[in-house]
Amino acid sequence: MANFFTSRLFFISLVCVVVAATLPLYVSGYILGLLTVAFYFGVFAMAWDLLFGFAGEVNFGPTFLIGTGAYTAGILNNQFGWSVYVCILLGALASVVAGFVLALPALRVRGPYFGLTTLVAVLMLQNFIVVFADLTGGEIGLTIPDVITINAGANYWIALGFMSISAAILYGLSQSPVGLVLQASGQDPVQAGALGFNIVKHKLAAFIVSAFFSGLSGALLVFYFGTASVGTVVDVAVGVNVIVSAVLGGRRTVLGAALGAIFLIVAGEFLRPTGELATFIVSAVALLVVLFFPGGFLGAALSREARS
Amino acid sequence: MLALQILIDGFAISALYALGATGFTLIFGVSGVLNLSHGAIMVAAAVAAWAAASVLHLDIYSGALFGVGVALIMAFATYFAVVKPIQNSRRIPNEEKEIFVLTGTLLWGIMIQELIAYFFTNNAKTVLPIVEGVVDIFGNRTPRNNIFTALVCCLVIGLLWLLVNRTRTGKAVLAASMNPRGVTLLGLELTQIYIVVWGIYGILAGIAGVLLGMFLGVSSYSVGPLTASAFSIVVLGGLGSVSGSLIAAFVVGYLETITAYMISPAYRTIPALLLLVFVMYIRPQGLLGRR
Repeated sequence: MANFFTSRLFFISLVCVVVAATLPLYVSGYILGLLTVAFYFGVFAMAWDLLFGFAGEVNFGPTFLIGTGAYTAGILNNQFGWSVYVCILLGALASVVAGFVLALPALRVRGPYFGLTTLVAVLMLQNFIVVFADLTGGEIGLTIPDVITINAGANYWIALGFMSISAAILYGLSQSPVGLVLQASGQDPVQAGALGFNIVKHKLAAFIVSAFFSGLSGALLVFYFGTASVGTVVDVAVGVNVIVSAVLGGRRTVLGAALGAIFLIVAGEFLRPTGELATFIVSAVALLVVLFFPGGFLGAALSREARS
Repeated sequence: MLALQILIDGFAISALYALGATGFTLIFGVSGVLNLSHGAIMVAAAVAAWAAASVLHLDIYSGALFGVGVALIMAFATYFAVVKPIQNSRRIPNEEKEIFVLTGTLLWGIMIQELIAYFFTNNAKTVLPIVEGVVDIFGNRTPRNNIFTALVCCLVIGLLWLLVNRTRTGKAVLAASMNPRGVTLLGLELTQIYIVVWGIYGILAGIAGVLLGMFLGVSSYSVGPLTASAFSIVVLGGLGSVSGSLIAAFVVGYLETITAYMISPAYRTIPALLLLVFVMYIRPQGLLGRR
């Protein structure tokens, strides 16, 4: 851990964060708003990478965790008018419970079977939201009376700070002995078990940590938007974006996932003039990266550094 | 009366599900690939058939044939442009190829979906049915197209069974699904078997897509749900087991029809999802999966 603070990666990240923190002083609110969303997405992607890159669990339903956190926080605020911070905390806790539920099949089934279970979890949540429209606002979306703040700069700093802290915790966790055990149990569970590590405990922990950050980020996002809808936090397409971000940025790097998410959101916005072709272009670029640079952005950069 | 109606309506949709899922499971069984662009290929076939009729002014039969042809080309494109490069890549570790194929085909499916939306809009398109009119079955008015759909599905599945069990090529495909290494030791080229399987898959997905276009109509929004339903049917039946998927398709098809008739069309997909979760817990390998 000590040599991490002297490593190049640490300085580059620190410089990036400091530069990013000064942005509100000279860029427009439009760009800040875009980056705010991108930062929350970055946390989704990093939390997903912890599960996939390290625990080796193909989670097709990141939005199950995100949506549970987001909707719990939103409904509590809408129905009872509790303070925003209490709602966000309870949303994150609800997401941890959801992560626990999702972990149960993961300990029994593997690979595509687990992938499908997570996909089904998302579809169930989506159906649930539409069926209980009185409580959740259904397909129209849930209106949330309170927001954290309406100042674009403050929102941006909250998102940036939240992403940086999450990145530090998740990256630290992935480089710690716990992260190594997770990686081992993801790659060869039998051997990792034979070495005396409790795989069940480690995987469960990975799910809970991933769920906590997904839910917290989802809850913060709805209080930024002032609304929660299926299209923004639950839909399978949102989950696909999270997965694509993580693979694009470089799986098993944690920080790369955040880069991928920021790239995806910003690129989507830049391509807006191309209209309906924007999604096509982003998907095509992502596919090319998957085919030709399977390590992703950060993976490619890190391997070059290792070679030189 | 209601029971009979459910029986008739459910049969057509189940047969369609079965046809769609068969190709999907065949590819998994032979090459271990889960093709998440499945829904996009089916929709492409239906939209092509629709475009052939309304833009190119072809007759119904040529239109349907054109749709199947497009699906065949798409299937080969999926294999050569996405699946094969990933399988042959030396930079991707073997144990991660599965997730790369999943991500790659998913992105490929989104690309096809977006292109369809761009050129043909998101509006739902209904392919003109080959047979029109209704018949009366014991007091139930049934569109002739339903019967036609069910018959074609059964016929194609029957032909597939003959192909796999009675021809030399089919037997090679079957052998490859049981033991790929054994097949190569017998001097058969595995790549050629894969090409054959992707060809069969393209034709099956194409026919299923065109029939779906006649039966329910499709839009670019149906891509995701179609892939998800094929995926769940195949997992329910047991990955790689064709007979398992056939049974699962009928279970899901009837469960959906019964829910739609007895409770509400809004809850249509929920019981099937619950059943799927339940099966995953008690029998993770699916109904007829071997593992």
